[in-house]
Amino acid sequence: MTTQPMVRIHDLKKAFGHHVVLEGVDMEVSRGEVVFVIGPSGSGKSTLLRCINGLEPYDGGEIWVGDYLVGAELHGDRWVEASPKVAAQRRSRIGMVFQRFDLFPNMTALENITAGLRLVHHQSPKEAEARGRELLERVGLSERADSYPGQLSGGQQQRIAIARAIAAKPNLVLFDEPTSALDPELVGEVLDVIRDLAESGMSLIVVTHEIHFALDVADVVYFVDGGRVVESGSPESVIKNPRHERTISFLQRINRESL
Amino acid sequence: MAILDPVAEPAMNARGGASRVIHARLAPRLFTASSAAVVLLILAGAVYLVVSSGRLRWAVIGEYIFSTVMLNGVKTTLTITLVSLITSIVLGTLLATMRMSKNFILKAIASGYIWFFRGTPVIVQVVFWFNIALFLPKVGFGDWTVSTNVIVTPMNAALLAMSLNVSAFMCEVIRGGLLAVDRGQTEAAMSIGMRPANILLRIVLPQAVRVILPPAGNLAIDLLKATSLVYVIGTKEILGTATSIAGQNFYVIELLIVACCWYLILVTIASYLQGKLEKRFSRGYAPASTKGKKTAAPTQAPDTPSANQLESATEIEEATS
Repeated sequence: MTTQPMVRIHDLKKAFGHHVVLEGVDMEVSRGEVVFVIGPSGSGKSTLLRCINGLEPYDGGEIWVGDYLVGAELHGDRWVEASPKVAAQRRSRIGMVFQRFDLFPNMTALENITAGLRLVHHQSPKEAEARGRELLERVGLSERADSYPGQLSGGQQQRIAIARAIAAKPNLVLFDEPTSALDPELVGEVLDVIRDLAESGMSLIVVTHEIHFALDVADVVYFVDGGRVVESGSPESVIKNPRHERTISFLQRINRESL
Repeated sequence: MAILDPVAEPAMNARGGASRVIHARLAPRLFTASSAAVVLLILAGAVYLVVSSGRLRWAVIGEYIFSTVMLNGVKTTLTITLVSLITSIVLGTLLATMRMSKNFILKAIASGYIWFFRGTPVIVQVVFWFNIALFLPKVGFGDWTVSTNVIVTPMNAALLAMSLNVSAFMCEVIRGGLLAVDRGQTEAAMSIGMRPANILLRIVLPQAVRVILPPAGNLAIDLLKATSLVYVIGTKEILGTATSIAGQNFYVIELLIVACCWYLILVTIASYLQGKLEKRFSRGYAPASTKGKKTAAPTQAPDTPSANQLESATEIEEATS
């Protein structure tokens, strides 16, 4: 069990109508590994994450998370379509952070963080609050427990969203362009929190355009373009010494923008 | 200007002449005052016409407005309104989710319901339910049957008709509210492991309520007044009571005034409650509280004013959007 990878994706295919988004993606994430997925907009990175979490059904291939096949459950010795209940239970053990934060606007920061603990894991209010405050401190927002998302800056909202994603102590956290909607000066505070998670031994899959951050934090980098993995490997090899032409031109574009 | 102490009013002087500001406001105020006077004069004339005619028996209004019969009528009106409103919220939510579901049959049933109940006049529905015994003389299960006329009293027919009718409208109001909640909210709730029914009840509906309340309040007030229609089948609500009293003493206008007074009183209360509710459900959307602003400072580096400025800018953005 312990040698089993956290996530194993084989030949993943996904299309929206006639528009093919993923055409055979292979990927493997070990336990505690920090994987970064980079690539041009519209290359299917977000769809890949959403498929792992079962937010989006996929058309072909396999996604294994731990010992289960995403979107299916074992009946006897046959895999059948997973029930909504099973799908929800699985999602409760995977954290997800969205580009546009998607905090619940009618709940305070603390209520947002504890939502899953209260409404899914049925923890006592006291227990959930204690965990909530612990997480607020971890993301450096203890004083904002009673603030509503509308009263927080984008960076603060995203930190709360990260706290919400890790509240139930998931083994795997997915980040869908966590800093893309932020003003440049607010990016750093969010990256600091992600770095903290990466160092704590959680498995992370981060879709991002923050190349320098990837170089700094990632164990493995995947470059995805046109619905395929173009190249993958250590951040040094993919970002510093890219071999594929498409990777080189993408990195040049990114570097020009960030300078 | 001489009265203004330049030291005490530095802000005004700093803006460059408070006097100009005052003069700019004087002209429209004069105009407002004169136009208001004209309107008041017309109003006073109308009131004088009614009062001076000497035909209104004010004593009759006073005698009946708080009489036991009338209060019973008010109670009936309130019962029909509240029961129909609560039914419509439950049935309306159900219909709205059916209409928004991917299941074609559920969608068709809900659409058909709305098509029928929104497309026919309420009064026709009221009379229809009251006369249902004409083609359904008995209802029951197996051996146990009962004459429809025993069940369909004027009161029950009124409850049935109003509930079913308002539900069709309430469904559309609720559906509008549900559609107004960002899709990201559902996905965020799914991502923490919530199940569809729970997401609807705990995440989407509470946010939709904010959007639903103004039109739903409108609908409730409409309903309150529309209950007067059931007087045609002999239900003794406010209007039914008033007309039956007037049928005996012929003080028609006086009793209609009594009825109007009651509707106005109830609508006033309902509007007040609606305002209260709207305030309660605007939690998290209201303009940023000062409490939030004060605690904002420590999380930002104290020597970076730009961060704080940016924060209040987003607050304003959020509050106005």
